[in-house]
Amino acid sequence: MSEVVAIAADVPAAVPGTLREFWQAYRQSRGAVVGIALIVVLVVLALGANVIAPHSPYEQFRESTLAPPVWHDGGSARFILGTDPVGRDILSRLIYGARLSLLIGMISVAISLSLGVVLGLIAGYVRGLTETTIMRLMDVMLSLPSLLLAIAVVAILGPGLINAMYAIAIVLLPHYVRLTRAAVIAEAAKEYVASSRIAGAGPLRLMFNTILPNCAAPLIVQATLGFSNAILDAAALGFLGLGAQPPTPEWGSMLADALEFIQRASWVVTFPGLAILITVLAFNLMGDGLRDALDPKLKR
Amino acid sequence: MLTFILRRAALIVPTFIGVTLLAFALIHLIPGDPVENLSGERGMDPARRARLLHEFGLDRPLPIQYADYVGQVLRGDLGTSLTTHEPVLREFLTLFPATMELAFFAMLFAVTVGLPAGIIAALKRNTVADYAVMGVSLTGYSMPIFWWALLLILFFSVQLGWTPVSGRIAVEFDVPTSTGFMLLDALRAGDAGAFRSAVSHLLLPTIVLGTIPLAVIARMTRSSMLEVLREDYVRTARAKGLPHWQVVLVHALRNALIPVITVIGLQVGLLLSGAILTETIFSWPGVGNWLVHGVQSRDYPVVQGGILLIATIVISVNLIVDLLYGVINPRIRHG
Repeated sequence: MSEVVAIAADVPAAVPGTLREFWQAYRQSRGAVVGIALIVVLVVLALGANVIAPHSPYEQFRESTLAPPVWHDGGSARFILGTDPVGRDILSRLIYGARLSLLIGMISVAISLSLGVVLGLIAGYVRGLTETTIMRLMDVMLSLPSLLLAIAVVAILGPGLINAMYAIAIVLLPHYVRLTRAAVIAEAAKEYVASSRIAGAGPLRLMFNTILPNCAAPLIVQATLGFSNAILDAAALGFLGLGAQPPTPEWGSMLADALEFIQRASWVVTFPGLAILITVLAFNLMGDGLRDALDPKLKR
Repeated sequence: MLTFILRRAALIVPTFIGVTLLAFALIHLIPGDPVENLSGERGMDPARRARLLHEFGLDRPLPIQYADYVGQVLRGDLGTSLTTHEPVLREFLTLFPATMELAFFAMLFAVTVGLPAGIIAALKRNTVADYAVMGVSLTGYSMPIFWWALLLILFFSVQLGWTPVSGRIAVEFDVPTSTGFMLLDALRAGDAGAFRSAVSHLLLPTIVLGTIPLAVIARMTRSSMLEVLREDYVRTARAKGLPHWQVVLVHALRNALIPVITVIGLQVGLLLSGAILTETIFSWPGVGNWLVHGVQSRDYPVVQGGILLIATIVISVNLIVDLLYGVINPRIRHG
């Protein structure tokens, strides 16, 4: 028994090495490094929105509605990316919007990841009728196109930013459940699980302490890609008027608000969409990079 | 083969029951009951409310209500729209050809561009062409398509004036509906002007809806081709002295296509998701647009029926893809 403890104590010392090894692998892909750099910038913008944004996202400068960006004729450095139809500074709204988008991604992924891991662990560990019930339920959810499922949930809960997050969490859920279940079934047959069970570990300990850490790699990748799906779906819901409601500076609803001005002032439409694209792209790049670094089997 | 088909088809029964449960639950989970929602802001006196509840059968136990609902669904009765007072199924069937037409051309666009792009990227690995294809497809994959639609409208419709902004055909044309597919109807009517108008209306929505499947197909084709090109039989074919194009198109591509076909089949759900957004932006009179209006106007029979029908379509298409895959790949059939 004392040997086991000694081996266990050795593990933390190996962690920095693992991290460095992981970074070495991750760095191989230029796209992945660009992705993580973009995400760092976004996080800084989101955290420091109060300091970085030149104006309040809600303040209406009535004397300069639809002011063009600084490089256009008649643009001024006061509103670098111009203003929207009611005179709000677009740059400031985009910066605060980054905060919202990252929050949406974080909360929906956190909800669906934790729920999905628990359901997947139960399905993969308990098997039998429980597994069948859970997996058939997930099949139903997967048989609906993601946006349609999100719309159905919003139809029940009512439109709004918080409900949109729940809706997206539900949409993402089946992916985590399936992934966890498959990984658990593969891991549970291995000898280290059997030896742990013989050593007297209970089902909860086996599920969460023994098996789960060894299923982490695909879940981390899926969670990163879940971020980009969440941000994209939240923007789509906002655009359809079913997500964040005005005047919230959410990127999708900013686009919807600006639709009728598309001919007169293209910048009210261009920048929010560009913000969505860059953010989603960054998470997809990071997800691809993580997959290559964490799972050599899936390497392209 | 027959047992494979039956076994696979039996699997969708529980899924279908689940979908009807979900659609049924939708009406019962919304805040307030349907009667309350009918009464609007003014409210309703309790006696009338109780009478209406009884009339709609909403005062009976839930399992019986559910059994009734499934019975109605199986008879093709999906209720009546609260806004148009038309049967939901008839509305869906009228609008569905428009969605199918759009989805079909989007898929055609995605395959005809995505497949060659993926092949070229694989053959010219690590060259500018490869990076370009992969960069564009990653961007396409991350694209908020509602914004992409706006950019295309800004450029092609507003700046250049080449394509119309919305609808399926210009108002001056009156094409008799026979198939519900505008291009076919215009052809049958022999009206060249109407056909041109229908094509120009179809162009931008097709590109928008096809963008994400295009990106997925290009990526999948590339990685699948790269894998196959390393196989021994490809080397053998080269060693035999076969011309390059024959090795690529006959020996490599045919085998590389198997996973690609599966991916194409799986895009149906994605296409219908995208159709909701695309149709909304281009005022395309399809089921996606109809469903969004249904949610916005709280027309619950439309939402319930629409979700049930779309889910049924996705389930059926996935089943067909699975069966086809079994036909192509015997290992699946006997697995």
